[in-house]
Amino acid sequence: MEAYISLFVRAVFIENLALSAFLGMCTFLAVSKKVQTAMGLGVAVIVVQAITVPVNNLLFNYILKEGALSWAGLSEVDLSFLGLICYIGVIAAIVQILEMTLDKFFPALFNALGIFLPLITVNCAILGGTLFMVERDYQFGEAVVYGVGSGFGWALAIVALAGIREKMKYSDVPDGLRGLGITFVTVGLMALGFMSFTGVQL
Amino acid sequence: MAFDKAEAKSVITTPIFDNNPIALQVLGICSALAVTGKMDKAFVMSLALTTVCAMSNLLISLIRNHIPSSIRIIVQMTIIASLVIVVDQVLKAYAYEIAKELSVFVGLIITNCIVMGRAEAYAMKNGPGMSFLDGLGNGLGYSALLMSVAFIRELFGSGSLFGYTILEPLKDGGWYQTNGLLVLPPSAFFIIGLLIWALRAWKKDQVEAA
Repeated sequence: MEAYISLFVRAVFIENLALSAFLGMCTFLAVSKKVQTAMGLGVAVIVVQAITVPVNNLLFNYILKEGALSWAGLSEVDLSFLGLICYIGVIAAIVQILEMTLDKFFPALFNALGIFLPLITVNCAILGGTLFMVERDYQFGEAVVYGVGSGFGWALAIVALAGIREKMKYSDVPDGLRGLGITFVTVGLMALGFMSFTGVQL
Repeated sequence: MAFDKAEAKSVITTPIFDNNPIALQVLGICSALAVTGKMDKAFVMSLALTTVCAMSNLLISLIRNHIPSSIRIIVQMTIIASLVIVVDQVLKAYAYEIAKELSVFVGLIITNCIVMGRAEAYAMKNGPGMSFLDGLGNGLGYSALLMSVAFIRELFGSGSLFGYTILEPLKDGGWYQTNGLLVLPPSAFFIIGLLIWALRAWKKDQVEAA
């Protein structure tokens, strides 16, 4: 149990997907103008991440990994080179299914998350989470915790950035730096802040 | 096919300064930040992305009239993912050390918005020749920014370029006090922010409205 808690904390703070691995930056910068929308996207990322990472984990461990097909009598087959195309397929499919399910059973939630769901397929944070999971060889339990944790960390970061950007409307930014430029500098400062977690031992 | 030289030239050069994919279209930022610590990493990454972008534009443009629009995203994704797998395997075979350092970022070319964005915005509407050049141009625009960030970070952060020492660092008995901040990933944000500022000071029309 302790190992899971420390993995969660590490995924949220120390290895924050947005601020220390710099994943999902495109949407991170584009959809962070308002706290409300940032929150919506954040929740969508948590949900998708919590589903795709464990599913891809199963896919990797039981189909793609070297020797994983031994249950089918093919113990020498190594399909790991097909990884990328499978993961992205799984992600696209899950996002699509999630969209249809929400539309059918939770229309209110669908209306809140609707426009963000298609964006998530091409969000590198999602694919990045899966790839990190594969690279670090997580077990199924760890994959579940890591999925939720990394999604939560990303959501936390985008909501924080949106909060700062809302305040920034009142400041006088030099012309050329306005908009994208100052956002980059802000995110840089936030990343420096998050770096203070690096040394934390759990 | 009709091949207009002037247009071809503009298709290649516009994305480098006037409509830079990173600085103006805000696409493909993730890898721009994470792989710019060293010139050689940035170079391999630029090469990989330019190849994938140009090839995917070419292939998607070739079959653009046969793709039903309701499933175009997944078709594009499949083409891009296959190309990325090829690039990934080639890198693992011939440049294993660098491939290992780039770790997940080669795979993340799939979700790099530049590739998807160009496929969707340009290759779906234009002929294969021009699409190829457009992919090449955007790849080069990305590379230009990536390489300049990597240049600054490696030269001032560790006093070397492509791993060769240029400024002799203090700790090896030289005179140059290395700037530790530039080795850390957050510095990429500041450098890109400042580059955007410089680019917009030079080309005023890119300034965003308040």
